Amino acid sequence: MADNAAPLKLFEKKERIFPKRVWGKFRQLKWIAMIVLLGIYYLAPFLRWDRGEHAPDQAILIDMSAQRAYFFFIEIWPQEIYYITGILVAAAIGLFMVTSLFGRVWCGYGCPQTVWTDLFVWVERIIQGDRAKRAKLYKASWSLEKLWKLGLTHFIWIIIGLFTGGAWVFYFNDAPTLIEQIIHFDVPMAVLTWIIALTFSTYIMAGFAREQVCTYMCPYARFQSAMFDKSTLIISYDDDRGEKRGKHKKGDSWEGRGHCIDCTACVQVCPMGIDIRDGLQMECIACGLCIDACDDIMEKIDLPKGLIRYDTTENKENRLKGWAERVTLMRPRTFYYGIVLLLVCGAIAYGLTHRSESELHVLHDRNPLFVKLADGEIRNGYDIKVLNKTHEDMTFKLEARGIEGLSIRVQGTGNLSPDALPVFADSIGHFRVFVTAPKQEKVRENIIFTATEVGNTRNGEPVHTRYESTFVSDRK
Amino acid sequence: MSTENRKIDEATGTETTGHEWDGITELDTPMPRWWLIVFYISIVWAIGYWVVYPAWPTFSNTNERGGTIGTSEWTQYKQLSESQAEIVARRAEYQGRFDEASFDEILKSEDLYAFALAGGNSAFKDNCATCHGTGGAGAPGYPNLNDDEWLWGGSVDDIHTTIRYGIRSGNDDGRFSEMPSFAELLSGEEIESIADFVVAKAAKQSPVEAGQQLYLDNCASCHGDNTEGSRDFGAPNLSDAIWLYADDRAAIMRQIKNPKHGIMPAWDHRLSPGTVRQLAIYVHSLGGGE
Repeated sequence: MADNAAPLKLFEKKERIFPKRVWGKFRQLKWIAMIVLLGIYYLAPFLRWDRGEHAPDQAILIDMSAQRAYFFFIEIWPQEIYYITGILVAAAIGLFMVTSLFGRVWCGYGCPQTVWTDLFVWVERIIQGDRAKRAKLYKASWSLEKLWKLGLTHFIWIIIGLFTGGAWVFYFNDAPTLIEQIIHFDVPMAVLTWIIALTFSTYIMAGFAREQVCTYMCPYARFQSAMFDKSTLIISYDDDRGEKRGKHKKGDSWEGRGHCIDCTACVQVCPMGIDIRDGLQMECIACGLCIDACDDIMEKIDLPKGLIRYDTTENKENRLKGWAERVTLMRPRTFYYGIVLLLVCGAIAYGLTHRSESELHVLHDRNPLFVKLADGEIRNGYDIKVLNKTHEDMTFKLEARGIEGLSIRVQGTGNLSPDALPVFADSIGHFRVFVTAPKQEKVRENIIFTATEVGNTRNGEPVHTRYESTFVSDRK
Repeated sequence: MSTENRKIDEATGTETTGHEWDGITELDTPMPRWWLIVFYISIVWAIGYWVVYPAWPTFSNTNERGGTIGTSEWTQYKQLSESQAEIVARRAEYQGRFDEASFDEILKSEDLYAFALAGGNSAFKDNCATCHGTGGAGAPGYPNLNDDEWLWGGSVDDIHTTIRYGIRSGNDDGRFSEMPSFAELLSGEEIESIADFVVAKAAKQSPVEAGQQLYLDNCASCHGDNTEGSRDFGAPNLSDAIWLYADDRAAIMRQIKNPKHGIMPAWDHRLSPGTVRQLAIYVHSLGGGE
């Protein structure tokens, strides 16, 4: 290696980014998105939804201890967790579709990492001043001023983190009750743990990790290019118009040079710390702040706006050929994404509208498999669970078919009859059931259990469910 | 480590270790600062741990493990007994009501019944499953507790007495009976014809005359005129489908000649009265309870 060569860099030291303040329509859009999304996040747990006396009245609630999830009119039990799978698939496809149309706008406007980072940067700016002041303060040695400014910033960050973690737990508990508990410092341990954990994850993610989450931790940044094509709107620097860039003094001619005056406004405002003029980069979250910054400058120097703008590769090629510019939203790729999205949403909607109000589960005894009685008949035992997903008490008639001469008996307190098994609202009825029948020829015979609702006071068809099980006989 | 060959690496500005392998040298990169800080914090933490928790073994054997106690006076034994006390305290609400309620009341009360089954199930697995099996299905010589034949009675009270005092257990209140050996009293032919009679009776066929008379003379006093058995003596019913040992002719002859008797231990002083009561209800619930 030559003596004058720069030292080999084995590690990239993190460059701290101080995004400059910017005004403009995309910045405005980001403020609106932030207010709306944070508003939903903080207020949604307080929405009420009447479900009658047997269920909580919180519109959005995941009740871990009672094993129920509520979302307005939707209510799911643990065994219906596949709806979550459906929602996740729909969310993924939806993201792919939006990405192939408009690039990474989710990253730029909707992602919690972006929203909270934006909020934290805002706090930072209010207290420490804009980009230059923040950078100067960062480099300055410790002083009383630096101490209180940084201290206050971090204090407010932690408070925001506390509210973030605090709001999260409301989705898992009755919000008004929990608020009362929090006010009285009488918070359950599990809730406290979550609040603390999420306070610190918010503080670290939005205060320190910031753009590194998007660049290094988020897998989406790495495979976004799979969703891009020539017609995808991406943030583009129009180099045909901008180059050759250079400093420009008022009154100088624009002949023989590009419109980019190399003011680096776009670089200074970028929360990811990149130079968009280098073209599409993995780090770019498509937030459009560089567009606002550049438009501002263009206006000041009386040049048309849009040196940096949302544009497609196709348009760039068309311009070179002298063709008209156009944005093609309907493409095979977006069409397929749309079809898959419709299918998944349709499947979820079908599942929710055809959700059964009851389920029957039969578990045959494993030990003993069968019992021989004094008169030579065979008895099998079953654990039977009847689910009542409605909010009204129900009564079921339990029957068994498929075996000649069987009789059925329910073991329990009092005189439980298989003709009238009570199952309370929003609960599981658990019954011990004995089926006695003459010895069968086959060691295993099929037996079909059915549970039919009786004395139905609701409107509509009585609920009917079935379950196929086995009746085991003596081998001899 | 050789120190004379150490030099500053040009490319990185870091010192090398001084080792060289075929021209390849190794950088002596210092530990990252954050790592060292965590390391030192761990050391301080460990010292605090020695003070607060039991840590160092000593030669004395005064406390449970023979070691330093620590200022928190925490031990696993203490934690165990605390959590056990917590279980007892949580159970007390039901245990008190359960101990006062009669069997009839328990059989009608949903929560006390569930309480009995939960406790009975766990006590059964610990104490009874060795002979009767985890499902209570028994084995040759050990009765199946699921079926509807009971040697000494199948009501909760009967089952409770059997569990509490045992069978041939040596307990003064225990159930007791003994089938005599007929090897000396009857000839081989007579024993064979009694066995034929019992086999035919169990198979619901018309019994052999000679065997029937011998049976009435020798066996009916305990097993009943109609082979229906007697719970007063714990004498099994000989004409139903359930056999304690085996149902073939040879096994029946063996039993007449040289009877086997099982022993059920008394659980009176081994288990608490509450647990014995829970067990009685649990066994009753297995399906054959009367």
